[in-house]
Amino acid sequence: MADREERRFAEVSRDSVKLMAESTGVDLADDVAALLAEDVCYRLREAAQTSSQFMRHAKRRKLTVEDLNRALRWSRVEAVCGYGAQDALPFRSVKEGELFFVEDREINLIELALATNIPKGCAETMVRVNVAYLDGKGNVEPQGTVPTAVQTLSDDLLKYYQQITRAILGDDPHLMKMALLDLQSNSKIAALLPYFVYVISGVKSVSHDLEQLNRLLHMVKSLVQNPYLYLGSYVRSLVSSVMYCILEPLAASINPLNDHWTLRDYAALLLSHIFWTHGDLVSGLYHQILLSLQKVLSDPVRPLCSHYGAVVGLHALGWKAVERVLFPHLPAYWANLQAVLDDYSVSNAQVKADGHKVYGAILVAVERLLKMKAVSLSQSAEGGSSCQPGSGAGSAGYRVGSPGLSPPSEPLSEAVLGIASHLQAGGAGCPWEEWSPVPLPAMEARKDPLGPAANTDTARKMPQLTANLNISPRQDGSPRTDPPPPSLAATGAGRSLARSSSVQRSRSSSSRSGQRSASVSRDVFPKARFISPQSGPPAFSFVIGGRQMGRRCQGRRPFQTTFSSSSSLPANPPRAYAHKLPVIGRVGKPVRRWTCSHYSLYLPL
Amino acid sequence: MAAVQGSIVDAKEEADIKSEPATDGFGNNHANEAGVLSASPGSSAAAGNNKPAAGAPEDQQTLLAVLQFLRKNKLSESAEILRREAGLPEEVLDPKGADSAGSGLGSGADIDGGDASALLSRVTVSAAGGAKAPTKAGEDQPDVNVVLSAYSQQGDPALYEVYYSGLKKFIESVLDCHRAELSQVFYPLFVHMYLELVYNNHEGEAKAFFEKFSGDQECYYEEDLRILSSLTKKEHMRGNETLLDFRTSKFVLRISRDSYQLLKRHLQERQNNQIWNIIQEHLYIDIFDGMPRSKSQIDAMSGSLAGEAKREANKAKVYYGLLKEPEIELPLDDEDEEAENEEGKPKKKKPKKDSTGSKSKKQDPNAPSQTRIPLPELKDSDKLDKIMYMKESTKRILVGADQLVAISFFFPSFSFFMSPLQGLTAVDVTDDSSLIAGGFADSTVRVWSVTPKKLRKVKTAADLNLIDKESDDVLERIMDDKTASESKCLYGHSGPVYGISFSPDRNYLLSCSEDATVRLWSLLTFTCLVGYKGHNYPVWDTQFSPYGYYFISGGHDRVARLWATDHHQPLRIFAGHLADVTCTRFHPNANYVATGSSDRTIRLWDVLTGNCVRIFTGHKGPIHALAFSPNGKFLASGATDGRVLLWDIGHGLMVGELKGHTECIYSLRFSRDGEILGSGSMDNTVRLWDAMKAFDDLETDDFTAATGHIHLQDNSQELLLGTYMTKSTPVVHLHFTRRNLLLAAGAYNP
Repeated sequence: MADREERRFAEVSRDSVKLMAESTGVDLADDVAALLAEDVCYRLREAAQTSSQFMRHAKRRKLTVEDLNRALRWSRVEAVCGYGAQDALPFRSVKEGELFFVEDREINLIELALATNIPKGCAETMVRVNVAYLDGKGNVEPQGTVPTAVQTLSDDLLKYYQQITRAILGDDPHLMKMALLDLQSNSKIAALLPYFVYVISGVKSVSHDLEQLNRLLHMVKSLVQNPYLYLGSYVRSLVSSVMYCILEPLAASINPLNDHWTLRDYAALLLSHIFWTHGDLVSGLYHQILLSLQKVLSDPVRPLCSHYGAVVGLHALGWKAVERVLFPHLPAYWANLQAVLDDYSVSNAQVKADGHKVYGAILVAVERLLKMKAVSLSQSAEGGSSCQPGSGAGSAGYRVGSPGLSPPSEPLSEAVLGIASHLQAGGAGCPWEEWSPVPLPAMEARKDPLGPAANTDTARKMPQLTANLNISPRQDGSPRTDPPPPSLAATGAGRSLARSSSVQRSRSSSSRSGQRSASVSRDVFPKARFISPQSGPPAFSFVIGGRQMGRRCQGRRPFQTTFSSSSSLPANPPRAYAHKLPVIGRVGKPVRRWTCSHYSLYLPL
Repeated sequence: MAAVQGSIVDAKEEADIKSEPATDGFGNNHANEAGVLSASPGSSAAAGNNKPAAGAPEDQQTLLAVLQFLRKNKLSESAEILRREAGLPEEVLDPKGADSAGSGLGSGADIDGGDASALLSRVTVSAAGGAKAPTKAGEDQPDVNVVLSAYSQQGDPALYEVYYSGLKKFIESVLDCHRAELSQVFYPLFVHMYLELVYNNHEGEAKAFFEKFSGDQECYYEEDLRILSSLTKKEHMRGNETLLDFRTSKFVLRISRDSYQLLKRHLQERQNNQIWNIIQEHLYIDIFDGMPRSKSQIDAMSGSLAGEAKREANKAKVYYGLLKEPEIELPLDDEDEEAENEEGKPKKKKPKKDSTGSKSKKQDPNAPSQTRIPLPELKDSDKLDKIMYMKESTKRILVGADQLVAISFFFPSFSFFMSPLQGLTAVDVTDDSSLIAGGFADSTVRVWSVTPKKLRKVKTAADLNLIDKESDDVLERIMDDKTASESKCLYGHSGPVYGISFSPDRNYLLSCSEDATVRLWSLLTFTCLVGYKGHNYPVWDTQFSPYGYYFISGGHDRVARLWATDHHQPLRIFAGHLADVTCTRFHPNANYVATGSSDRTIRLWDVLTGNCVRIFTGHKGPIHALAFSPNGKFLASGATDGRVLLWDIGHGLMVGELKGHTECIYSLRFSRDGEILGSGSMDNTVRLWDAMKAFDDLETDDFTAATGHIHLQDNSQELLLGTYMTKSTPVVHLHFTRRNLLLAAGAYNP
């Protein structure tokens, strides 16, 4: 123990004392220095002891210079000045002299005094109230429980509760607005929160009444926006109510005249709002939401309005959610949707209309994903090439590139440039094209029907958004003839050149359709083989194409969106889902098999 | 370090509290000494026990010494009063008496920053021994020499280790049942032997001795050992407070007769005079008949700086009952309550009425008489407040352990987060939870209104003249609406504000600070009314009495002082603690004051007599929180060791130990009905304990009040009702509202 004690204290060595004495011009004998050193140690410990008392009474864990100075002052020793700075003082050493010192820069007082950037005053001390509702075990309230003991509410609260619910669910819009406003700002309704949550959970019983659903959602919004309410795990309950409105095939949606789409949109917005503002209250909320959205999306039995809800929900949760959930599902899902959209029977008209809704929603979501992806990639590119593997790894459902192999900057900047140029180009003429530098079996196969189709009718010039985010290894200047990603890098004349070349390639690949693509890929990019097959498709490529006439579809196709598949896809998605399609889209006739249908989205106007 | 400062000695203080006779009519520092005399019979009793014959004369000698001191300082009036009070004949004031206490006088004249306890010891030493105390008047700290002179006896330094290890071997060889008890001797013996070595300049031996045996000591003495270990030179012994504590107070051990005989026989057989002398001189062995105590029993009670409390120290009768509430049944109020009664709370109402009714009919046998301490009369506004309180308490949520889960929704905990910039050091909330005040390290005191009602100042004198004083709403009219704001800042202190307390009527605020003052602020004008100067060192805590008017403060000078708001000097000085008084609390009946100290003891003082009536030992660290249960029977204390201990005041026993916190406990509070104890700590948690159960278990137990040997079961986990984490906010203050909502306050430390 003694050893430990010894080590726990600061020791001032004899040499230090001598040095300090020398610095003031006193020459000390060894024994004197030793005695002094010992005394200094003792006094130091004493001061530390006393100062810790000041620290304890100030209810702090950290001993400050101030504490030590107080201790010194009370033991009638001069305080040490100049060390009261809030931030840590750097401790430096000089190698030659084995000296350690605190850096003490000179401060130009004149400059300081005449400085124009006068520091702002400290923030005002405030009393902030944080209310926690607790159960007996020290946990924040478990979810979903709604108290039955209404009588424990005070009369005033009870009255307030009745008034508010009546006003919100009643038919006076003015009154409703007042009630919602009050709900949004009232600071004393904490005790009523469970009741309101309970009311809101009544969405399930009014699913036939869009108006009521709307009002309940507004109620949610007010509660969420109330700064005085601590929602705690009621967030869960609120979220489940909102999710109900987003996802469920509401009774109201049977009637096509009912605009349940708006409700779903609103609910999705609300969901994201709740999530961004209160998502931290419940752990794992994000994943739960994503899971349930995913479940709906992947369930082909669900009606299209549910799917629509899932897509807008994902969209509202941000592009990452889209990337994580929607994107991997898209190929599989697309087959079903395609089938619905391509059914022109009268009986299918309603379903098809719904299908277009979903299609539109997917387009919007994906477009956002593309933009954000581009932005994030551009940021990472600016941040330096080293970021690239990270961005690649960050994508969940597919791989942007194989981190170990890809050359950092070149492809990235290309991608950025490409996206940017296309976005800026706006309405610049640019026929739809699709170019995939990294050939994959699925992609090659897909080019087959689409490539030629696209290139045949490019009469109308429409804004085109093409993102090619392939980041593939081709740093070594592989002997390839065409310029790197033409659709991205090319502008003006260069672009047309690139286009033609890409078209050529498409064609050439299409001519070889049926072949396994390995050979093709080697043609185009010899290095592609570095991308090991088991690591999934190394490229992801979107094309939202310009408007044109479809070859097989009678309708116009103003946009074409292409998605590369991920290798984790089932090899035969169209077929796998084909037999389910009648159920999904309520299409009577068998589905025509499109080899690549699950890669493209067509939105007929 | 209760400084005896001759400069601000006032000849005499009119210290009678209204009708009370001036029993303690001394000036500041004299009262201090008198407090020592009356408040700690321990010291004289300690001496008296060893030398029973010397007891009474010594007492008188001490008195004489004090008288001499007074005379020397030309405080004849005070001296006269003391003489009269003590019933001494006139002639004691003549120079003849001075001889007997000459040494004390000689040194007393020129000490300025001396130590009260040192002074006392000097007086007792010189009075009792006389020849033994070589006083060198004129030296800067002669008193220390006197104190240390006890160590002058010289044994062979080389033999110390042999002695100690011999005793150690012996104790290790005795029967198990005695070993635990006899092991208590180790620590004080070790300390005193070490100090003797140091005093006699055997530095090397001292170091070796320390290194060899310090590891054997109980872990809860680690703090003291650390201080000791840094002390290796005689010169350093001067002014070392811990050292003085060891010398001036006898370390108290409780040992059964059998064990004691065993030890005595051993030491006498071996002719081990060195150890025997130390035991005789520096230890007080409280011998009891009966079974030796077990290790856990001993561990529960030990840990204090000076050992356990003597049994007789806790024998005095304590009137822990509550005072009768004044009857303020207004007819209007009755109707109101009746109406509420009909609405469906007859159950809660009834016991309430019963309890108040019974109280008003017959006096609680344990309660002090109503006029034992003169209390201020109730004002109309106080009565109104009481009515409000009664009304609210009927709406109180019962927070028993079983209901806690059921009423979870209505048991919220609020945290008041404050900006951390200035360093929040103290918080208080008014009884009705309408105001909250914070003391800060930047010397400011801030008051916030928690309700929508803003804080307003009273208008200026000129404006007040214009007001129609006959109007009904004159109280409203005197307020200046222009000054309305949510918070007010009070400037006046010149050091961190360590303690803060609202008066019960919410008109005043007390704050104490490092600048050694206690300040009284008006919450009507938001200005400082009085600065109470008396403590000469930082004041750590202050609190208003539950009836207002009086307040208590305690600080680094090791004394607690009782003040009345209209007196600029203290009415009582409670001296006896061996280290800083870190927290002070009033008993709900205002007749007693509890103080917690860095010497790891809690003392209960009688406000009327100034005596120490209870000493509670058992904490292993400085005590930073105290709370009386609402019924006045129990006391809860929290310390830096993270434990909450529960004490039965009537029996003077430890009745519970609540383990769970990992860091220093800064706040304790019982719920309004006393069913729940909340504890807030530096570890960013609030814990709730089932106080009812803790106290109930006890009454069914076989109460070993006679011996005072408690046996605590370790049931902290059963008693813990909940642990509530804050957002990195050390909990500085807890407050149960009248409806039993728990408010926790602290500064947010991101």
